[in-house]
Amino acid sequence: MNIIFLIIGISLLVALTFLGAFLWAVRSGQYDDDYTPSVRVLFEDSEASKLPES
Amino acid sequence: MNAAAPEAPTRVACAHCGDACADEPILLDNQPFCCAGCRAVYELLQTNNLCGYYALNERPGQKVELELPGRFDYLDSDTVQAQLLAFRSDALARLTLTIPQMHCASCIWLLEKLYQLNPGVLESRVNFLRKEISISYHPGRTSLKEVVKLLTAVGYEPQITLAELGAQPHHHNRRLYYQLGLAGFCFGNVMLLAFPDYLSFTEQLQGEFGRFFGYLSLLLSLPVLLYSARGFFQSAWQGVRQRYINLDFPISLGLSALFLTSVFDILTQRGSGYLDSFTGLVFFMLIGKWVQQRTYDALRFDRDFTSYFPVAVTLLTPEGEQSVSVKELKVGQRILVRHQEVIPADAMLMRGTGQIDYSFVSGESVPVAKVAGEVVYAGGRQTGEAVELEVVREVSQGYLTQLWNNPAFQKAGEQTLETYANTVGRYFVAATLLLAAGAVAYWYPRSPQMALRAFTSVLVIACPCALSLATPFALGAAVRTFGRLKFYLKNSGVVETLGRVDTIVFDKTGTLTEVKRSTVEYIGRPLSEAEQQLVAAVVRQSTHPLSQRLTRELGNGEVVKSEVVKDGILENGIKREPLKENSLFTTPQVHNFTDFPGQGVSGVVDGVWVKVGSAAFAGSQCRPPEEANQLQSRVYVALNGQPLGCYVFRNVYRDDLQPLLADLNQRYHLAVLSGDNSAERDRLRALFGPKAELRFHQSPQDKLDYVAALRQQGRRVLMVGDGLNDAGALHQADAGIALTDTLTNFSPACDAILDASSFGRFATFLHFSQDCLQIVLATFVLSFCYNGIGLGLAVQGKFTPIVSAILMPISSLSVMVFSTLLVRYAAYRRFV
Repeated sequence: MNIIFLIIGISLLVALTFLGAFLWAVRSGQYDDDYTPSVRVLFEDSEASKLPES
Repeated sequence: MNAAAPEAPTRVACAHCGDACADEPILLDNQPFCCAGCRAVYELLQTNNLCGYYALNERPGQKVELELPGRFDYLDSDTVQAQLLAFRSDALARLTLTIPQMHCASCIWLLEKLYQLNPGVLESRVNFLRKEISISYHPGRTSLKEVVKLLTAVGYEPQITLAELGAQPHHHNRRLYYQLGLAGFCFGNVMLLAFPDYLSFTEQLQGEFGRFFGYLSLLLSLPVLLYSARGFFQSAWQGVRQRYINLDFPISLGLSALFLTSVFDILTQRGSGYLDSFTGLVFFMLIGKWVQQRTYDALRFDRDFTSYFPVAVTLLTPEGEQSVSVKELKVGQRILVRHQEVIPADAMLMRGTGQIDYSFVSGESVPVAKVAGEVVYAGGRQTGEAVELEVVREVSQGYLTQLWNNPAFQKAGEQTLETYANTVGRYFVAATLLLAAGAVAYWYPRSPQMALRAFTSVLVIACPCALSLATPFALGAAVRTFGRLKFYLKNSGVVETLGRVDTIVFDKTGTLTEVKRSTVEYIGRPLSEAEQQLVAAVVRQSTHPLSQRLTRELGNGEVVKSEVVKDGILENGIKREPLKENSLFTTPQVHNFTDFPGQGVSGVVDGVWVKVGSAAFAGSQCRPPEEANQLQSRVYVALNGQPLGCYVFRNVYRDDLQPLLADLNQRYHLAVLSGDNSAERDRLRALFGPKAELRFHQSPQDKLDYVAALRQQGRRVLMVGDGLNDAGALHQADAGIALTDTLTNFSPACDAILDASSFGRFATFLHFSQDCLQIVLATFVLSFCYNGIGLGLAVQGKFTPIVSAILMPISSLSVMVFSTLLVRYAAYRRFV
């Protein structure tokens, strides 16, 4: 049953990785603006910015 | 901004800004434009291949005002740049500007493509919710002034006022995210480790690894105690130091009891403790905080006069014009104030005619004429020609800025009303301690061990977590409902204040009335159509606001062809207000046009000598019948020296005012404080009914004092105002609401901002706030039920970790769901 120690250690390590990822995301400013990226992602690349049919 | 003229539904909408075009719109590429400014933006975007701007959103543009020369010269000054730029080196400069006009996806698209319009711009990035843009540019290839001019040219003039200067760059508050993330991580893992304790078939596991699990849980709970839960302990400690017990006090007590009991249990190997409940509680309560914290980033509720004042002013020196920072202005210096600029300091008028619009500062609805030698006060907005002023008092000593030295402004952040949650929290503490003592007294003679267990259990269950979640979730949902209806609250506490208000004080100009609208009525010998055209021809030449209003009233049906009139540039580069751009009038021609400042205008049209102005100027016999009428704004007309009659300008009250007041009158004490004269007394009396108090000629200080006096009488006062002159009263009142026609405009420091289009719903908003308070109370009852069950078990010593692990999350979650749903339901009933 000593495997439990190992399993729990690994699971904690995995969880800590995710915590680290979350902290990094907050730190790099991803939670500062939770609206603009949702709009930005829909923009076409600049070449396609042609005049609409008038 | 986008209001199409209602009387002309057939007119085409401008392809750029969506406003109604004149009869013959300016055409370019088969697209109609309402003015040269809009066409210019289109041309600029077209040549740079940026017409995708128009594809994302229909008619996204902003009307572009003609730029006055030298307006941004101050941005070249090193001191201004040092204060605005966040970073500066030889190859890179970075700054963040506020652009209140941005409103749609097109705006983001264009603003992030600035580098295509100006190669010196390296990158621009928008934060839409904060209405901010961060720009990086190469100082060698372009300058701050060029960047700002570019933004202005495409219709997004950044807001640069005295408040932005020297303001600390905004730091996003990320602490709550860190706390929440950490608490969530620890909660999940501790819960996992607690499982073997609760399940019968894992007994063997628990027996073998119980110690290991216990210590590991303890280790995982430490960061929660030390970092995530810090805010609760700090708040409670602050309360205690001020001899005040808030809701965080019982929370901290409960959390400490939970943690200490668990540590004791684990170290003595009596059990596995309550650490899963402990971390879970902190996690849930942080969610409550997060819900409460999400407010309106783009709106600022703390603005004072500095946000209204310009950054720089044109200083007249023997060497010529020079742009200086307003803060550096000294007594005795000569300054130049152009059309639509704000006067930054109390000053003496030296040259030119002042037509100063004080509506925002004092509440007077009509601009005041000032002639050379008179003192003009800071905060007024000059309309008409450029004037020369000599500063008599420094900016910080001005008449208007003095208001901010009032003690009312010193005590910032003071809680005006005791919140329900804190009141309840206090009784909660008393009841808990009493119960805990009772449990000890009962158990101690029988079993000292049981006594200890019952004592800690009571303290643990007394942690009012569900109670602390009720207010944030109910009021947070209310704030979001208000936001959808264009009523923006500073924080959720304002809902509670609104629900308990009993007196409402209104400002008149700009709040009850609409500044941009007024009705014009003609009294005297009726004018024929031709005569009206003569008057129109003359008043059109004048920049006086009343003349412009009259021009609009008399209509411009005689527009013959569309052409741009180049605006006349006077000596030393001072620009006059440009004439209406798309209309050139072939008939009638005005000769000998003269503007008599403060009196009126005259001119010869088609051989008829037209005089328009004050009663004395036009020599009118059209005497006002009563005293009150003398106070109204009137413009008298005389043709060929023959007085004919006068135009009377009346305030226009907001459309929904009458039903709104009828509703409010039944439940609230009402009052009106006006900085204006008493011309409107009778009409206001009719609107407000006999009980309301009407006061006129109120200075900003009078308003503040009046509200303070009401509060002294124990009233709970809600102040509704719009201008700087109301700032003191807004601050002094229990809740201050700033009404604004355009959210992007300046609004003084307040607790809530109400969009004028939602003014008609104001009474419903107050009803809804009261509903929300009842919902909070109902939720309190629900959470008391849970606490009651828990306490019942605790005093009997039957409160075990497993009961805690079930009861705590259930109570927290059900309180969250219950309060949110009830508020949603109340909103549905009130607003749908």
